[in-house]
Amino acid sequence: MKTLRQTTPTQFSRIYSLGAARGEISVTNDDIAGPIDSSDEWIRQRTGIITRKRAGATTSLMDLSVRAAREAIDKARISPADIDAVILATISFPYQTPSGATLLAELVGATNAAAYDISAACAGYCYGIAQADSLVRSGTARYVLVVGAEKLSDFIDPTDRSISFLLGDGAGAAVVGPSDHAGISKTVWGSDGGNWDKVGMTGSLIDFRDGKIPWPTLIQEGQSVFRWAVWEMVKVAKEALEESGLEPADLAALVTHQANVRIIDEFAKQLGLPESVVVAKDIVDTGNTSAASIPLAMHRLLAEGQVKSGGFALQIGFGAGLAYAAQVVELP
Amino acid sequence: MALTEQDVLAGLAELVNDETGIAADAVQMDKSFTDDLDIDSISMMTIVVNAEDKFGVKIPDEEVKNLVTVADAVNYITANQG
Repeated sequence: MKTLRQTTPTQFSRIYSLGAARGEISVTNDDIAGPIDSSDEWIRQRTGIITRKRAGATTSLMDLSVRAAREAIDKARISPADIDAVILATISFPYQTPSGATLLAELVGATNAAAYDISAACAGYCYGIAQADSLVRSGTARYVLVVGAEKLSDFIDPTDRSISFLLGDGAGAAVVGPSDHAGISKTVWGSDGGNWDKVGMTGSLIDFRDGKIPWPTLIQEGQSVFRWAVWEMVKVAKEALEESGLEPADLAALVTHQANVRIIDEFAKQLGLPESVVVAKDIVDTGNTSAASIPLAMHRLLAEGQVKSGGFALQIGFGAGLAYAAQVVELP
Repeated sequence: MALTEQDVLAGLAELVNDETGIAADAVQMDKSFTDDLDIDSISMMTIVVNAEDKFGVKIPDEEVKNLVTVADAVNYITANQG
């Protein structure tokens, strides 16, 4: 009798490279303070944001994704045709179907790659890395392109004081492939659908079609989210670190989702990392770019020489769902 | 032994001071956290979480918005302390 053949696993995976693209317009606090009856000082104090990068009308989420992906593919020194899977983490691709990932695969030359979008909001990139790690190590794919991309400015309400003024546009990309040593630790992830309504949209597209609400935009219950994002997510970060087998002092960087500087500061304080660990704060002049924020922040730490290739970074994404994921990665 | 209102007020004032730098003696029962003490929502939540630890009390998110004045918080903590 014949037996079924399964994939041949490979032991380790790692991130080969990162790519980054930000919206081309720097939007200052003064630019957006009017409609929320606020000021530069108020916004800085509550969020730490000085400017946020937004894309103009002629720059699409796909444009940002392609720019970031091409950089990552070039730096990985692989042919785009060798990419077996493309995962696009996004909440702002403006089509219900087809996915953005299939178009992205086509545009970067990842011909015939498996391609799909994932909706895990600000945890989306870390979900994507978890999937890429599993695909590579299981032998299902050799190289996987993971892109977190958002054009959130299409889904903001200038008068909203809960989240809109935090948001920016950008894309961050990573190529994941096989490795001769461990480069991605076990992902600690999960969700809390009991708090489904804490971060999300003002309504559904059906509500919009039926004239019940204006164009749906992003909204959050900031105070509840703050508590969850710090005190609950610190537990997840600690668990991820423990799973990695590392101690806090072994980390070069902490790269949290860039939600709000107040969250990042309190998160780092509660986590109790030594001063040698660099805490990423790309949000200060990029804004909160949801699924793109972690790869953008990590890319910047590397580009500015704040951390070196080969060091370890604890990355954690958390947001709408509520959904979260954390893992330790070797910096590419 | 259960803490008195005065004990809770003193402990809460310490937490407010730690988070915001506001002098502990400015934290009086009739003061509003936002209007008088100018404490923003994020600092308020940090104080709430620290108060949970300090006083062994659960303060659910939906209760936090009812804590308008220092007296509201002191009364809630005094009544619900573990």
